[in-house]
Amino acid sequence: MARRKPRDRTRTVITPEGVALPFVLASRGSRAAALVIDLILIMTAMAVTTLTLIWIAGGIGIKMGDIEAGSPKSRALQALAIVWIIAMFLFRNAWFLFFELGPRGATPGKRVTGIRIAARGTERLTTEAVIARNIVRDIELFMPIVFISSAVAAGSDTDLAGWAGAVWCAIFLLFPFFNRDSLCCGDVIAGTWVVEAQTRKLGQALSVSAPVAATDQAFTFTPAELAIYGEFELQTLERVLREDQAQAIEDVADAISRKIGRPHPYRAERVFLESYYLQLRAQLEQGLRFGKRKADKHAA
Amino acid sequence: MSEAAPSLLGRFGGWFSPAASADIAAATSAALRSDRFRLEREGEWKRLEAIVTRIERGRLRGVSDEDLLALPALYRTAVSSLAVARETSLDAETLLWLEGLTRRAWFIVYGPRAGLGDWLMRFFGGGWGASVRALHSEILIALALMIAGTIVGWLLVASDPDWYYALMPGGMGPRVPGASRAVLMNTLFGQQDQKGLAVFAAALFSNNAQVAILAFALGFAFGLPSALLLIQNTTMLGALLWLYHGQGLTLEIVGWLSVHGTTELYAILLAGAAGLHIGRAMAFPGEASVLDAAAAAGRRSAQVMVGVVLMLIVAGLLEGFARQLIDNTAGRLIVGIFMLVFWTAYFFVWRGAGKQA
Repeated sequence: MARRKPRDRTRTVITPEGVALPFVLASRGSRAAALVIDLILIMTAMAVTTLTLIWIAGGIGIKMGDIEAGSPKSRALQALAIVWIIAMFLFRNAWFLFFELGPRGATPGKRVTGIRIAARGTERLTTEAVIARNIVRDIELFMPIVFISSAVAAGSDTDLAGWAGAVWCAIFLLFPFFNRDSLCCGDVIAGTWVVEAQTRKLGQALSVSAPVAATDQAFTFTPAELAIYGEFELQTLERVLREDQAQAIEDVADAISRKIGRPHPYRAERVFLESYYLQLRAQLEQGLRFGKRKADKHAA
Repeated sequence: MSEAAPSLLGRFGGWFSPAASADIAAATSAALRSDRFRLEREGEWKRLEAIVTRIERGRLRGVSDEDLLALPALYRTAVSSLAVARETSLDAETLLWLEGLTRRAWFIVYGPRAGLGDWLMRFFGGGWGASVRALHSEILIALALMIAGTIVGWLLVASDPDWYYALMPGGMGPRVPGASRAVLMNTLFGQQDQKGLAVFAAALFSNNAQVAILAFALGFAFGLPSALLLIQNTTMLGALLWLYHGQGLTLEIVGWLSVHGTTELYAILLAGAAGLHIGRAMAFPGEASVLDAAAAAGRRSAQVMVGVVLMLIVAGLLEGFARQLIDNTAGRLIVGIFMLVFWTAYFFVWRGAGKQA
């Protein structure tokens, strides 16, 4: 595998159909943000559950001291306590599991930051993978939290064991910083990674949205005039046309007309550019069909 | 502009004319062959996008049966369109959008295959046992470690009773070296009138499950911490056995432990084996890359871990209720041995119905 630039976050996955699909790895920042949002939500849910149960307990008029007495009230209190223990266990262990098994493959925090989990390579994301990924979360997340909070509670005298524990926790917490694909431990075990999940809207086809450019009164360029530019410039021009900023259109029309030695098309800059775009694309695509690609203006 | 019919195009006026783009009429009007390609297929792509969007929103019920059946075909259409468009079209917008759509559809078409319900059916119907059997060599290693841990615990405490305090966590109550037979006897029997058993059981489960998850997750560090955890937990067992043996209560303590212990120790054995499995796969990946080997091992052992959590629920119930309610050694031994035989038979003898591979 060729060595990539360290900041390049695009990865290619070959689908079972044999088509290469580009993926963009989620940045570590957005993953951290997603995690923080999830933790806040989990804690909120825990607090709400606890308060609701206390409220219910208060509603049926029992006090904490009743648990030892063999009365119906103590049975009710026991039932509530069991519900509470199980709910806390589920919030801690099943929150990520439940959401990541859904079709979005993302917890609420990940949805907000626009990322999701996916299987590395061509394999499908399996239920087992999601389970494995989130079981490991326990050591990389909850164990350090417990460790740090107990260390804070214990006071300031940090001995050797304390430092060893801190290093141990740091290895897991900072694991995503030590590998190219920013995998966390769970990702390694489960064979997953976290990618961006953008959705975009399809813009109008330019040759349909710009019919004037294709009519008789439009500009016609000679093949020599079109041969100046390549695919890169074509796609830059496409972006300019789609963004439709008056100043940019004027500048680009000026640059192109000067380059091909035509007068500046006053008041018809957009039609000029659309004509140039369509004809350049027709010429380049024709070359494409014959197996000739022209990457940019420097290409032969 | 050899492939265009410019005079025709003039009739289709309007900048960014609305949905007409999806029409075949528009397709004939497009000046470029690649745009005609796009417009002819855009209807299908948009249908795929609508289905994908609805599934992503979690409204699976809102998707009609025809749409669901069409999804794989529509997905393949989009994939092949993408492959063709990459070679024939220079429309960056279409290419990017099509890539995004294919990606979203890929997640759904090749997403988690089974819902949680289906998965559980397969899991109980043989998948659990199969995943346990796949770890057989690690289970043997873990078992050896646990037995060694017990023996070491016993020997340590037998050589110097001070070790007992080092091995046992605090708060063991009356269970200390030198305690009289009657005191120890008291810890084993006569607690059936204790209140709050259910809460006790739930708390035990929650605690034990976290320990088992830890044993598994620590396998990540090449399995060494898993092994240490197994040994550390069983030295406590050995020390406890020694303590009661000293007062001639060996059979009684075995009965007291076995009610839930056969299930709980079995679960810890499996969790440790799963951790060792991952550690072994990472230390000795063989032909595969370390990452691939770890991923394969992780998926295999994740199933075992779900089973471990379920076993610990059972163990918690047994510990909370059965141990306190059954107040004689014979009854406790029967329950414990029954559970041991049950789990072993379920994992290793019963091969499940209609199981492939």
